[in-house]
Amino acid sequence: MAGDKVKLLGFWGSPFALRVEWALRLKGVEYEYVEEDLSNKSPMLLQYNPLYKKVPVLVHNGKPIMESLVIIEYIDETWKNRPLLPIDPFERATSRFWAKFVDDKFVPLIIKMSSSTREQKDKVAEEAREVLKTLESSLNQNKPFYGGKILGFMDIAVAWIGIWAPMLEKIIDIKLLDEEYMPLLNTWFRDVLEVLVIKECIPPLDKLLAHYKDYYDRFMATKSN
Amino acid sequence: MGEVKLFRTWSSPFALRVVWALKLKGVEYETIYEDLANKSSSLLEYNPVHKKVPVLLHNGIPICESLVILEYIDETWNEGVRFLPKDPLARATARFWAKFNDEQVFPSFFRYFMRQGEDQEKAKEKVLENLKFVEEHLKGKKFFDGEVFGFLDLVFGWLVCYPGVINKAINLKLLDEQMFPNLCTWMEQFGDVPVIKETWPDEEALIHKFHKMREGLGIYIYTKLRYEAS
Repeated sequence: MAGDKVKLLGFWGSPFALRVEWALRLKGVEYEYVEEDLSNKSPMLLQYNPLYKKVPVLVHNGKPIMESLVIIEYIDETWKNRPLLPIDPFERATSRFWAKFVDDKFVPLIIKMSSSTREQKDKVAEEAREVLKTLESSLNQNKPFYGGKILGFMDIAVAWIGIWAPMLEKIIDIKLLDEEYMPLLNTWFRDVLEVLVIKECIPPLDKLLAHYKDYYDRFMATKSN
Repeated sequence: MGEVKLFRTWSSPFALRVVWALKLKGVEYETIYEDLANKSSSLLEYNPVHKKVPVLLHNGIPICESLVILEYIDETWNEGVRFLPKDPLARATARFWAKFNDEQVFPSFFRYFMRQGEDQEKAKEKVLENLKFVEEHLKGKKFFDGEVFGFLDLVFGWLVCYPGVINKAINLKLLDEQMFPNLCTWMEQFGDVPVIKETWPDEEALIHKFHKMREGLGIYIYTKLRYEAS
């Protein structure tokens, strides 16, 4: 759409900002990326997202849209080329259900795990694995991507787990994404993350690891004082 | 357009929004009431992930999670009245506020209801803070989307009934007309819509239920993020 002005307020280490970028790039939308310092939020972010004061925020012709899954659906409905959500209402409901499931169940556990003591972390990790096993049970063996041959909404909504889970496994010394118990999930994430458009905006993994390790180490230091 | 069944409890506000959606679309459906202390094998089969209501069954296929169900109903019975607006920005705004209700407003209200003493005072501050955002969002509008009611009104519709009944049950007033003039006006207008007016659960039964819920409050009940009707 000529004359469109699209801005994405994000944080380089946020999986939620990343998945919005994936949506924009799959659609071929030109956008300006604005890096936010989350310890010193810009007046622009606070103005656009006064309720949550969080990234990502998509600003389209001056109008803000918040909450990454809401943003992805907005992108899908505004730029109608290359649809992300399926056409059939039941398949759409299924995609929305599972994306919500991951955000509602897996994300809080990841956050909890990152601020758990050594004693608690195994229990939380076990709960997180159960969530992933449930997601595994929803997958169809025969399809490379969630919807079939082409990347879609569910793939970009959830594939961040393929990056963050292995990283957390290293930092916290827990098992999350067992190849043995979740072969379909592992294959699915690998397939999605190999796609060029997806791969080229994943942040450097060593930088991501260092960032989250630093956060975790600082938390553990406060716990042992 | 096929066989439709709704698994619900008589009192769940999340099931009620699906009831409204079906009735407003003129969809004929069968209701199956669930006792959540003794869930049917059907419910466990159709919603194995969450084991909750509401569940919509359309031609034998289940759809779960009330917001997902609302969008499914809107997209499937798509002639005549549409709940979500056409414009993508208006749709994104509606979805954002629906999420805010389900993740912040309603849980904070539930916490307020289920706490005591100082904890209840703290919980009250949080729910008032959330409601002030909603109040601001309603400014200058008859319904959440403008002149005609839609998706977001269905989502916030629980406000028309439950806080008032809770006030009658345990004398816990929340929605002051001075503090929330927009919300109170909206509650009157949306509450006047026939489908809404005619489907509220029995007030006496609700009052009794709310008393029972608070009876076990010798110790704190830490609510989960999602409300589970009990």
